[in-house]
Amino acid sequence: MSAVMITRKVRKWEKLPGKNTFCCDGRVMMARQKGVFYLTLFLIVGTCSLFFAFECPYLALHLSPAIPVFAVLLFLFVIAMLLRTSFSDPGVLPRALPEEATFIEMEIEAANGNVPAGQRPPPRIRNVQINNQIVKLKYCYTCKIFRPPRASHCSICDNCVDRFDHHCPWVGNCVGKRNYRYFYLFTMSLSLLTIYIFTFDIVHVVMRSVDKGFLNTLKETPGTVLEVLVCFFTLWSVVGLTGFHTYLISLNQTTNEDIKGSWSGKNRVQNPYSHKNIIKNCCEVLCGPTYPSVLDRRGLMEEDSSISATPVAPSSSSSTTSSSNPVPQTTKTTAPLIPNEHTPDDAKPSIAASAEKSPSPKEEHPPAKVPPLASPETDVETSITKDKTH
Amino acid sequence: MATEFHNLQELRHSASLVTKVFIQRDYSEGTVCRFLTKFPSELDNRIERTLLEETVKTLNSYYVEAEKIGGQSYLEGCLACATAYIIFLCMETRYEKVLKKISGYIREQNEKIYAPRGLLLTDPIERGMRVLEVSVFEDRGSGSSSPSSSTSSAGSSAR
Repeated sequence: MSAVMITRKVRKWEKLPGKNTFCCDGRVMMARQKGVFYLTLFLIVGTCSLFFAFECPYLALHLSPAIPVFAVLLFLFVIAMLLRTSFSDPGVLPRALPEEATFIEMEIEAANGNVPAGQRPPPRIRNVQINNQIVKLKYCYTCKIFRPPRASHCSICDNCVDRFDHHCPWVGNCVGKRNYRYFYLFTMSLSLLTIYIFTFDIVHVVMRSVDKGFLNTLKETPGTVLEVLVCFFTLWSVVGLTGFHTYLISLNQTTNEDIKGSWSGKNRVQNPYSHKNIIKNCCEVLCGPTYPSVLDRRGLMEEDSSISATPVAPSSSSSTTSSSNPVPQTTKTTAPLIPNEHTPDDAKPSIAASAEKSPSPKEEHPPAKVPPLASPETDVETSITKDKTH
Repeated sequence: MATEFHNLQELRHSASLVTKVFIQRDYSEGTVCRFLTKFPSELDNRIERTLLEETVKTLNSYYVEAEKIGGQSYLEGCLACATAYIIFLCMETRYEKVLKKISGYIREQNEKIYAPRGLLLTDPIERGMRVLEVSVFEDRGSGSSSPSSSTSSAGSSAR
C-alpha cells in the first residue's frame, strides 16, 4: 500500500492540548464555555447604552457635559479591561514533551526507591525551600510536570496555570499570572462605573421628579428602572469582589491559596511570597513586569499527514496529540508508569466530569459574583495524598 | 573530549541524538525565573563544569534583569494602564526585549561552545520556562562508526 506523506504548516494553537477555544488565528484564547461572558458583555453594554440614551442628554444639559464624557471614558476602560482579561493567555504552562516526562518519571522512581509489590508508592511531591519555608510542589498527572510554586491545574480549561487565582466564568477565562492585574482593574473600574451610573440615575430621577413628578419621570425614562435594578444587584457583588481582591493583593495571596487556607492557621507555613509590606505587595502584583506568554500560539509547525489505503498514525514533530481526547491519550503515551499509580488517574476523569457539569448551572442561574471554587483536581489530589499518608 | 568537532548545522541535520538532560528551575528565591547551577552528572565527560555554570549564571542574570521591579517597570506599567494597555500593541515590553537578548546569547553559546562538543541548548521559553534542555548528540571522537546521517527522527527531534 503506498502512502503519500503530506507535510503542511499549521499554527501551534491548533495542536495545543487543553480545552481552550482560540479565535483570530490564535490571537484570542478563551475557555470553552463562553455563555456567561456574553451575559457580562450584554449587561455592561446594555446598561451603559440605556444610561447614554435616557440620562445623559438631561444631565449634560442641566448639570454638566463632563458627566457623559467621563462615563464614556470609564465605559471604554471597563470594556478594554474585560476583553484583555478574557482574551489573553492567563499564564498557561505547556505540557511536558515525552523526553522531559520520562526524565521526571525516572527521577521520581529513583527518589522513591524500591516499592514492595502491592504497596502504593509515595505521593509525587517535591519539597523546595523558598525564603526559608518549605513549600511542596505537586506533580500534575495530566501535564506530566511538577507544578511550579503557586501554579495550579484548572480542570475546566485542562491546563496548568502559573499563579493560578481562579477560573472566572464571568470573563470566560482563567485568571492567572498574566491577566490578574487586568482582572483587578476590570472589577475596580466596573465598581466605579456601577456606582457612577447608580448615583447619576438617582440624581436624574430626583431632579426630574422635582419638575414633573415621580411617576411622569419614570414614564419618560423607563430605562432608569432597569438600570437601577442592574446596578443595585451588581454593586454588592462587584464592590465586594474588588474589596476581596484588594485584600488578597495587599497580602500577595491568590484566591486559590486563600480558599485552600495554604498560609493561614498556626501550624501552617507563612506566606513566603509576601514582602510583609502592603505597598511592596501591591507594587509587585500591579506594577510588576508584563510576563510574556510561553505558549507560542501563532508559531508555525509542520504536521505530517499521510493519505493511503492503510491508516497510518500521523507523526507530528511535537508531542501534542489530537484534540479529541486529551486526558486518556496523554496517560497512555508515558513510559513506565508504576501500575498502582492508576488510581489517581482513574479518579480524575470522574471528578473532572462532575466539575465540568458544575459550571453549567452557573451559566443558567448566575449567582452573585463570588469567585468560583479552585480547581477540584487539586482538592482530589490533596485528599488522595491524605488517604495515602493515613 | 571529541577529537572531531561538530558544527551547529551538522548537529541539527545529521548527528544522532543520544539523550536530553534537563536543568531544572531553582525556586529557592521564590517564583522568579532562575535555573539550578548544579552540574548534571550526565554531562561529566562532555563539557567542563565552569562553562556550563557560566552559561546558567548569565542566563539567570538576564532573567533577573527582565523581572526587576523598579522604576522602569512602574513607568511602563502606569503608561500602559493609562492607555488601557493599547500601547502594548505597538510597543515591545522590557521582558520581550530581554528575551530577544537571551535567545541571541543562547544561539551564540551554541555556536561557540556547545555545538563543538556535540551538545545543544534549547531556549527555556520553548519549554515553558520550566527547564533548560541540553540535547546530547553522539560523541564523534569516542570511536563510533560513521555518523548515521540518514536517521530522520534525529533530524526532527534536534529541530
